[in-house]
Amino acid sequence: MLTLDNVEIRQGTYRLEADFSVTGPGLFAVIGPSGAGKSTLLAAIAGFIVPTAGRVFWDQRDLTDLPPGDRPLSVVFQDNNLFPHLDAQRNVALGLGSGRLSEAENQRIDEALARVGLVGKERRKPAALSGGEQGRVALARALVRDAPLVLLDEPFSALGPALKAEMLDLVDAVLVKAGKTVLFVTHDPEDARRMAPQTILVAEGMAHAPQPTRALLDDAPAALRDYLE
Amino acid sequence: MRPAALAGGAAAVFVASITLGPLAIVALRAEIGAGLGPADLAAIRFTIWQALLSAVFSTLLAIPVARALARRRFWGRGALITLMGAPFIVPVIVAVFGILAVFGRNGIVNTAFAWLGLPPVSVYGLQGVVLAHVFFNLPLATRLILQGWLDIPSERFRLAASLNLSPRAMFRLLEWPMLREVVPGVMMLIFLICTTSFAVALTLGGGPAATTVELAIYQAFLLEFDLGRAAMLAGVQFALTGAAALVALVVAVPAAMGAGLDRRVERWDGLSLTSRLVDGIAVSLAAVFLIVPLVMIALSGAEGLTRLPPEVLGAAGRSLIVAVVAAALTLVLSVSIASAAQALKHRGGAARLIEMTGYLAIAASPLVIGTGLFLLVFPIVDPARIALVVTAVVNALMALPFALRAVMPALAAAEARYGRTADALGLRGWARMRWLILPRLRRPLGFAGGLTAALSMGDLGVVALFSPVDAATLPLQMYRLMGAFRMEDAAGAALLLLMLSLALFWVFDRGGRVNADA
Repeated sequence: MLTLDNVEIRQGTYRLEADFSVTGPGLFAVIGPSGAGKSTLLAAIAGFIVPTAGRVFWDQRDLTDLPPGDRPLSVVFQDNNLFPHLDAQRNVALGLGSGRLSEAENQRIDEALARVGLVGKERRKPAALSGGEQGRVALARALVRDAPLVLLDEPFSALGPALKAEMLDLVDAVLVKAGKTVLFVTHDPEDARRMAPQTILVAEGMAHAPQPTRALLDDAPAALRDYLE
Repeated sequence: MRPAALAGGAAAVFVASITLGPLAIVALRAEIGAGLGPADLAAIRFTIWQALLSAVFSTLLAIPVARALARRRFWGRGALITLMGAPFIVPVIVAVFGILAVFGRNGIVNTAFAWLGLPPVSVYGLQGVVLAHVFFNLPLATRLILQGWLDIPSERFRLAASLNLSPRAMFRLLEWPMLREVVPGVMMLIFLICTTSFAVALTLGGGPAATTVELAIYQAFLLEFDLGRAAMLAGVQFALTGAAALVALVVAVPAAMGAGLDRRVERWDGLSLTSRLVDGIAVSLAAVFLIVPLVMIALSGAEGLTRLPPEVLGAAGRSLIVAVVAAALTLVLSVSIASAAQALKHRGGAARLIEMTGYLAIAASPLVIGTGLFLLVFPIVDPARIALVVTAVVNALMALPFALRAVMPALAAAEARYGRTADALGLRGWARMRWLILPRLRRPLGFAGGLTAALSMGDLGVVALFSPVDAATLPLQMYRLMGAFRMEDAAGAALLLLMLSLALFWVFDRGGRVNADA
């Protein structure tokens, strides 16, 4: 369970508040007008931004003062998720740490790459992979990293609609089925409607507790309605 | 981030103590009581005068060449621009040898003069020093001014063409403002370089009329063994370069290593016969001036190369080791300093301080550092015995500013693009270095390593001061051969030295490029 306890983030005149819990596992959409603070919310959970007030918990554990790499979570960004000088396998391996890999670990990496449909492309560098395939490598890494919480900050927004849907299905099939709690930022309400039973709305300086997606979208509050129009 | 700050701090302390420590010793030992004699004042005057002339000639002659390169496309243009980068790598003493083959007593020019019944011209003294400096700095000035031309937005040239501006109006509105901005900085940079150029003065200068301060330091050591006077002169030299460096800080000095010079300015003037002729002549003269001395080295050295005396081969081996050690040291120092500056970025002052240390060597010339180190170790060991170590360290420090110029931006870019991903994966310390930083720095490190190795390979500075009898580097050995008038051996050594310098640069630079992914 992810808990944001009276979290407040200030950056200049900008302000975002969040005070709620997310009970996984499952897929949770994060939607809201652009500039409302969807990415800021994820950055605070991931540890890239330190909240000006409040605490962030995973279960009973206080994450607020931990650096990003020590938090029980994986992040997939919009771009630059993969190091271009390393092949797919090595990029995934970094999810297990940076030392020498054991036989069992190598096997886990191969399994993860197979799980996301990249058999035969393990030795390719990112430049030799398509945009969708690069996204798959990032998902495979989140899979081997095996952290209970996964944050997806619009990693598929540069892909076409069909490919994006395919990738979200893959997230569902691979990460959610593996028991992860997945938060994904999207600017397409249809993604949320199709994939996420519950949605976190970020609007007007406030990140709201997860609510049933269908109800939220069908009976949209004013802040969201302007954006949905 | 702690380890990065620690390693960078250690590197900065090392650099600062090697540059500033000798200065302190120089200050302590300087016999100021004796004051500056007439010979010292003459050396100061000559140093400034030759640097000034070199800067003015190099820059003024570079303007028509850069202009022609900016607006013409012709066969060999790319090769010529590459060649303009070569004087960074060609050892000074080798170039001097080539210049002597063209302008020396028995050179091409004097042979032609004799044939025409004209009196011979001498390449020694002021004219020789300035000539050699122009040989080295005309290409540098051309590259920097060419960059200025290419930086003029192409829209302006299109606008000028659509308004049908006359060539004069075009010069006044587009080119003059650029030149006014770029040229003072270029002159300042070359002036700074020429105040500390030792090997040229050693080989082509000398005598009461053509002794630079650095040459006077060298003579105080080797001829008079007057350490107090050497220390005082080193202080003078430091004041001189320090002052020039301060002025250079005020005048914006352009970055010495521009990239992307293979573009051409698209413009619609300069189609007349005269302007084509002017451009053609400028480019041809520059090419001949640069290429002929290099060709002469190859021609005159080819025979000597096949039967090099053993002392030359031994010296070549020592020089290779010194060059590789210097390159390795520069790479370690530049990566440490750059990572610390990056890690401490949020604390601006500390980052700035660490970065500034890397550039200290610009103000302290190798001879000044050498003087201080000599004074430091003289009571303990025979300086000649540590000559090679000192040479490698001083060479590494001299190349450090160039290395940092290449490494700092690449490291900042790697962190900006992939830093978050590395943070999210918990990559810290050595793991971050290994998986993110070093692979992203391959190109700049290859380039910086190649530059350092080549500079070190050809350096004739501090090693001459320590003058090891039987552990000479290749440039020193070559200088001794020239001094003994063994010209054929010297020619062979020159060609070997040139080939080794180019090969070192090529190997390092290539190592950074092969299989490096964008």
